[in-house]
Amino acid sequence: MAQHQVNYASSAGLPIALTSVDKLVNWGRSNSLWPLTYGLACCAIEMMASGASRYDFDRMGTIFRASPRQADVMILAGTLSKKHSEFARRLYDQMTEPKWVISMGSCANTGGMFNTYATVQGVDRIIPVDIYLPGCAPRPETLQYALMMLQKKIRRESANMNNNTKQNLRLV
Amino acid sequence: MQQVNKLTPFFENLNFERDDNTMVINFGPQHPSAHGQLRLVLELDGEQVVKAYPDIGYLHRGIEKMAENMTYNEFLPTTDRLDYIASTSNNYAYALAVEKLLGIEAPRRAQVIRTMLLELNRIISHLFFIATHALDVGAMSVFLYAFREREFAMDLMEDYCGARLTHSSVRIGGVPLDLPAGWVEKLASFCAKVNHEVEHTYEALLTENRIWKMRLENVGVISAEDALSWGCTGPMLRGSGVKYDIRKEEPYELYSELDFDIPVSDRCDSYGRYRLYMEEMRQSVRILEQLIPMYAKTEPQLMAHAPQYISAPKEEIMTQNYALMQHFVLVTQGMRPPKGEVYVPTESPKGELGFYIKSEGEPYAYRLKCRAPSFFHTGLLQEILVGTYIADVVTIIGTTNIVFGEVDR
Repeated sequence: MAQHQVNYASSAGLPIALTSVDKLVNWGRSNSLWPLTYGLACCAIEMMASGASRYDFDRMGTIFRASPRQADVMILAGTLSKKHSEFARRLYDQMTEPKWVISMGSCANTGGMFNTYATVQGVDRIIPVDIYLPGCAPRPETLQYALMMLQKKIRRESANMNNNTKQNLRLV
Repeated sequence: MQQVNKLTPFFENLNFERDDNTMVINFGPQHPSAHGQLRLVLELDGEQVVKAYPDIGYLHRGIEKMAENMTYNEFLPTTDRLDYIASTSNNYAYALAVEKLLGIEAPRRAQVIRTMLLELNRIISHLFFIATHALDVGAMSVFLYAFREREFAMDLMEDYCGARLTHSSVRIGGVPLDLPAGWVEKLASFCAKVNHEVEHTYEALLTENRIWKMRLENVGVISAEDALSWGCTGPMLRGSGVKYDIRKEEPYELYSELDFDIPVSDRCDSYGRYRLYMEEMRQSVRILEQLIPMYAKTEPQLMAHAPQYISAPKEEIMTQNYALMQHFVLVTQGMRPPKGEVYVPTESPKGELGFYIKSEGEPYAYRLKCRAPSFFHTGLLQEILVGTYIADVVTIIGTTNIVFGEVDR
């Protein structure tokens, strides 16, 4: 009597692909990063240029959302003033988990050239930052690269956010 | 006691629950149509705005105070961050004010290059205006088309000065660099492109568009008296039928030699202003086309000759001892303009941009004040938003074309 054995992995008889939950979840997360339109100053113009026709963020699955409830990534583009800082924190808190932050430009990284009484000297004093993006203002290519680095970072992370070290960095 | 991890609500002084049947809503400071960090507190009766209160200061960076602790040349890159959509117009306004204070004039070639850059920046700024204004009103494709053309202008700026957004392309006393090879030809083809696109893309998409007309016509009406009394300048004033342009009234640079018109609209509404912006782009192209032949006829000198204030050209610094000494003093200590005060207005893409500088003869300005057009247009919002519907608020903010870098400074 013939013995029928099906090797599901090799003989492509059934549409099966093997993966881990982490990889599957991160595949989804990293390829549909929806940033919040959070333009603060000059860098916001370059952020808009990245979303517009020449640099075209849409092809990377990156679609700008106007509401923090629908966004995964906060791109802090520009100078954060002390008057605005509580709103930045509030918007970050309103975003649903999982969430990431890109600090775009020198002002957002360290306060940049504006070492004055009015400016927050780096947004990492307010919210935890994943990617720091140098430049004043960074070119759209730089922002694209930052987004690709963030995708790489997400793919390395555990899908269960509780296992990630970022939890320990929460300021609250 | 307040918890350390909880931020205090900012609205505690605002009464949202009201007895008189009006509703208070908060618009911004993070709103995709707020053109930056504008916060509006709107009191609504149904859908109509009863009272509007623009709250500014969310992008206050202390730029004017910084100017008091920086030498004159050191401060120039900071002016980029005022109106960051057209950086060169800020650089230029500042450089012109300092030049007036010093009593020097840029050489002819520098003037041609500066005027070219100023008009190129006007086109960049107007393209940005039409892109964002159309996006706010709901015409997404215009945004994509306008940014496509804007990128060509950005490439031209990048070829000249190396930066896309923050140009610093003007120096006190001239320009740092000559135009690179082939730049003028690229500019000429860009001019043709802008002329073509304005007519065949933006105007074809918008001017007779039914939705566009419904959203813009008779929205944001400003009478000529209102515009004058609120201190409007630029397209906001010309959109109300007042023919006032500093390029004609108090010509600076080469504008007195150039042949161009000042478009005026009597409609007083957002639609008239949109037509005005389109026409101004055509006039800018016209100016650029006149400047291209002027460039070839100029001498190669780029910086004014004023050894007391401005370093000699690089070759002289490297070959002559005295020029090197002077350069060293100017770099380490900064130039010391004579005592006095100066205010110079220029026509930036948004209106009258002027710098007031008070000098005590030190290398640092005693006081620097920037008269930015957007600041006055933001104040105007409390007047023109009253009585409009909440859906028109975004249109009106778009039509004022305010940039918060120069409102809050």
